[in-house]
Amino acid sequence: MPRFGQGERAGSATGEAVKAGEVGPGGWERRGRGRAWSWARGNLAFLLFSLVALTVPLYLTNSYYLSILAFFAIRLMPTIGLNLLLGQAGQISLGHAAFIGLGAYGSALLTTRWGLDPWAAVFLAALLSALVAVLIGVPALRLKGHYLAMATLGFGEIVLILLVQLKGLTGGTDGVVSIPPLELGGWSLADPRLFHVVVWSAALIMLRMALNLPRTRTGRALIALHRTEIAASSLGIDVAFHKLQVFVVSAIFASIAGSFLAHYVMFISPEGFGVTLSVLLVAGAVIGGLATVWGAVWGAGLMVLLPEVLARYNEDYTLLVFGLLVIVVMIFLPEGLAGAPARLLGLRRTLPDTVARRSQGEPVEDRGSECRS
Amino acid sequence: MPVLRVEGVTRRFGGVTAVKEVSFQVHEAQIKALIGPNGAGKTTLFNLVSAIDRPDDGRILFRNPIRTGDAQIDLARTSPHRASRAGIGRTFQHSQIFEELSVLDNVKVGRHAHGRAGLFSAFLTLPRQRREEAAAEEAARRALQRAGLGDKTEIEADSLPLGERHLLEIARALATEPGLLLLDEPAAGLNNEETERLAETVRRIRDDGVTVLLVEHDMGFVMEVSDEVVVLDYGEKIAEGSPLMIRSNPEVIRAYLGEDYLAEEEPR
Repeated sequence: MPRFGQGERAGSATGEAVKAGEVGPGGWERRGRGRAWSWARGNLAFLLFSLVALTVPLYLTNSYYLSILAFFAIRLMPTIGLNLLLGQAGQISLGHAAFIGLGAYGSALLTTRWGLDPWAAVFLAALLSALVAVLIGVPALRLKGHYLAMATLGFGEIVLILLVQLKGLTGGTDGVVSIPPLELGGWSLADPRLFHVVVWSAALIMLRMALNLPRTRTGRALIALHRTEIAASSLGIDVAFHKLQVFVVSAIFASIAGSFLAHYVMFISPEGFGVTLSVLLVAGAVIGGLATVWGAVWGAGLMVLLPEVLARYNEDYTLLVFGLLVIVVMIFLPEGLAGAPARLLGLRRTLPDTVARRSQGEPVEDRGSECRS
Repeated sequence: MPVLRVEGVTRRFGGVTAVKEVSFQVHEAQIKALIGPNGAGKTTLFNLVSAIDRPDDGRILFRNPIRTGDAQIDLARTSPHRASRAGIGRTFQHSQIFEELSVLDNVKVGRHAHGRAGLFSAFLTLPRQRREEAAAEEAARRALQRAGLGDKTEIEADSLPLGERHLLEIARALATEPGLLLLDEPAAGLNNEETERLAETVRRIRDDGVTVLLVEHDMGFVMEVSDEVVVLDYGEKIAEGSPLMIRSNPEVIRAYLGEDYLAEEEPR
């Protein structure tokens, strides 16, 4: 890392104007260009990722692998929601499995008991989840940190208990069987390849929407209230409204994932929607990385693929490995897996405290070498 | 017609009365300073005016001079984001910038209430979203220009030195197009040159027609920029007037320097 000369240091200390284009402290010009470049790269990355994701069924016909990829898409949806909720707005939810459960049960019951069209069921279940999210979110989002975590945890547990105990409606621990598959233009999505394309299209739409968010009025409002609610509200941001809105969106994403799951596996039971899943969802979002929406892709991918790999050896190791991974990522990769390639290549953004000290002319150790070693 | 009328405002915290029946007015295009020893209730009063906190008693009436169609509102009975939308802009004693955003994006946050594009437009990047984004960017650049940071737009906010962080907060507040700008200790921690630059900026903002109310410990700065000064001590207003009058007011000297100092001074 280049150090600044005496002259530049004096310049920044007196607040003297340093024109863009000159090499000022922190290499501003380079950063400005980096912004445009990262935007173009983000679009390109999305196009390439979509292309690969949607064309997989052309050359991969093994239904086992296709099912894993379908579960990847299904897991990706709630992880994107949590990435927005936790990463951008800074609000935790340990009850998101309940929204997946509401989506799954909503779809299952509306189709099997009331004979609704599966797509209408997906839509109605999402609407129901949104309503529940509003009812839970209004009081819960007034809480912060641990208290919000506890409230959402409690909510998740209540939904699970209801799913088990309302036997007349939900079938209790036996669950719901013979859920009809989705259809599209007369084609049944029981065909794993068709289902793959549809479920991935839905996940990619959510990904694209989430990727669009940070550079907008709403996205900045979330980042602002995450940092400091008081400053955000003093700038005219309705903090409660924006927190609730992103909570509801994340609930809808989770609910749609649950619906896809129900129509895909055609059988659901309550035990899959407990606290363990809620915690794994948050763990996946964190391991993948909260600094960028791409973190959700990394996190969901890992959470789905890793158990498949580990299951070949011993299933019991799965949670243990996840736990260790969270610890390792937290210590060595604060930006999560999504930040890993840049970090390993030494391109990672300089740590904020280093930049601040540098701009005040203080010598700082280059911590990059430490991190890489 | 005053911009701000603080009328008999009282705020208690448990047994402590932080602000006691304080009344004063701020007039249009005036820089008014709120001074007093530590614990005098200045920041409490500031939080009341920006509606972050509510008084136990009294009214805080605000009429936005730059949007004359707006009705007068009582800031004692509203929420911070509504106060902001009504035309109250503020900065904070301890820098509250959004460090993960660029300087420009920090100021764009200040344009929030001037936009309408919601989550749906954002998700789908609708034309409305793009139009608003362009407008917000232009307005943010203007606000940065006014605060004297026009050449620092693309920098990460966390790399600004302290003096410019204060200016960034001012730019961000200006982006909301406030009728009344509240500055909470803007000169704290600044060196002489930075303070001078700040004073120039604040005067220029006032000359543009923005009314300013500020809390400050740096007396040199207060005396230099203020048109009028209100002095608080133990939550009560003990003096109000021009900087010159305040400087020689025995009550003020007593509050700041103690009874002894006044006694010693008098024989001369």
